[in-house]
Amino acid sequence: MSSTVTDATTAPEGTAARPVRRGSGPTLRTRAGRIGPHVVLLAYTAVACVPILLVVMNSFKSRSAIFSSPFSMPTPESFSLAGYETVFARARFELYFFNSFTVTIVSVFLVLLFGAMAAFALAEYDFRGNALLGLYLAIGIMIPIRLGTVSILQLLVGMNLINSLFGLILVYTAMGLPLAVLVLTLFFRQVPKELKEAARVDGASEYWVFRMVIPLVRPGLAAIAVFSMLPIWNDLWFPLILAPGEHVRTVTLGAQLFLGQFVSDWNAVLAVLTLAMLPMMALYIIFSKQFMQGLTSGAIK
Amino acid sequence: MSQDTGLEPHESDGSAAAARRDHRPARRRFPTHLIVFLLPAVAVYTMFMVYPLLDSMRLSMFGDVDGVRAFVGLDNFVRLLTDDLLSALFWNAVVQNLLFFAVHFFVQNPIGLLLATLLASPTLRGRATYRTMIFIPTTLSVVIVGFIWQLILSPLWGIVETPLLGRSSTALVTLAMMSVWQYVGIPMILFYAVIISIPEDLIEAARVDGASGWNIFWRIKFPLLLPTVGMVSVVTYVANMNAFDLIYTVKGALAGPDFSTDIMGTLFFRTFFGFQLQRGSSTMGATVATMMFLVILAGILLYFFGWHRRVQTYEL
Repeated sequence: MSSTVTDATTAPEGTAARPVRRGSGPTLRTRAGRIGPHVVLLAYTAVACVPILLVVMNSFKSRSAIFSSPFSMPTPESFSLAGYETVFARARFELYFFNSFTVTIVSVFLVLLFGAMAAFALAEYDFRGNALLGLYLAIGIMIPIRLGTVSILQLLVGMNLINSLFGLILVYTAMGLPLAVLVLTLFFRQVPKELKEAARVDGASEYWVFRMVIPLVRPGLAAIAVFSMLPIWNDLWFPLILAPGEHVRTVTLGAQLFLGQFVSDWNAVLAVLTLAMLPMMALYIIFSKQFMQGLTSGAIK
Repeated sequence: MSQDTGLEPHESDGSAAAARRDHRPARRRFPTHLIVFLLPAVAVYTMFMVYPLLDSMRLSMFGDVDGVRAFVGLDNFVRLLTDDLLSALFWNAVVQNLLFFAVHFFVQNPIGLLLATLLASPTLRGRATYRTMIFIPTTLSVVIVGFIWQLILSPLWGIVETPLLGRSSTALVTLAMMSVWQYVGIPMILFYAVIISIPEDLIEAARVDGASGWNIFWRIKFPLLLPTVGMVSVVTYVANMNAFDLIYTVKGALAGPDFSTDIMGTLFFRTFFGFQLQRGSSTMGATVATMMFLVILAGILLYFFGWHRRVQTYEL
């Protein structure tokens, strides 16, 4: 693959510096043991990141530079924003971003709210049918919601929610709930009993108790937010089928349609790809620590 | 998945607490709060997930008879599985979908395992940076991934000379590899979480007994990782079996060249909405969806009875 070119030059430089600094202490074997992981990890990091870098880099170059020297950074001579100009002239990406943000944020909020409420009830009260209801809600983790698309489409047509952000939000909320309920139930079970009982003795209502324990399951909420956000933002299937209209188009669908239409305009294609991936990537890199914590704590559950 | 433990916490806190709970006045009143807590989730989930799934299965038993929708029993399934044209397309999609999954299974797991093991090596510097960078592709939309690789693999750009995506012999495997490139971060993170949760004294004890790093990996870490391998695989299986976005983005609904990249998701889409001269049919679409459900269910059952029960889970 293309990336081996770059990692062949960066890997030895990055790792060779360390043993020299440490002097002649470690034996050859331990030194190899120390460098080995870095070589492999750097190589794979290149495999993961070079394709993305290639796209971002070339989106700022002129058409001739894209083809003549794809691996070089944009220089003052080759710099060009032609692609971005085409994109903003031909498509309303600022609107698509607004739509994607609205759908993702509202859906994740509803998943967290409804999921936490149901999980609290399942973890807190033993009523008849508790285990059965938990199982009923958990089935959806394994069964993809897409299989019901034929009926979802009919249902939303009947509710007059085709080409509406609200329709998408309802579907995504249903999609995210099963995992949220299961994981949050486990988190709510860990909240100490004494705390809730003390509040009840003081005359707190059940709603107040719920409000009080919410901050204690924050890691669980973060994990679920992380888990449910990406599939919603990145989904193509439901926007394509339920909300293809221009005014409700999401970034993913907008990019897909634009790319299909302008496939031979390389500047525009590279610019759209860069535009569509940068917001989520920036968000991810900024919050990567919280993201990984949420992911691992959710996964271990 | 672990719902069988439904009521355990209440039992574990002893009869005193249970008795106290029973004497609370709130228990005797109509449990309004219970309804308030449960209703939103249950209503949205039932209406937009469970009902559509069941209704799709119902629809798969209907068809157009003289222009009127009528109950036709299992006719649609018989047609899908025996009709010359339809069954060839269906089995083609099933086989290719299994191949799509096989590539994931045999490439994603080893790479994820290797990266996780290296990331967990105790003296490694820059761990968080590696982890963050390697996970970046996973955060991208499949549409973006499809187009990034379409550009890079395009002979027009000249980085890769062979038209890997244009030939029917290589297109599907190339698409699967693109998908692996995107999702390898997930097994990596999950395996990593398991490896770092293995107690240090366990490894230390083995080392004192003279076990090599190789032995420690295969005899201690690998058995502890097996349940996670199974979990990752079944989740990947379900995701692959209703995959659509990548193929649709790169190859369109016709999954060319010559249906060589057609999988069940794209077949479902074409059957439901129609393409070229064939008219779309919601009942036939529902039939394909029901078959997808059965294939997915078969995989899940195979996992639970063939793997989950045999692989030992160790409590650390």
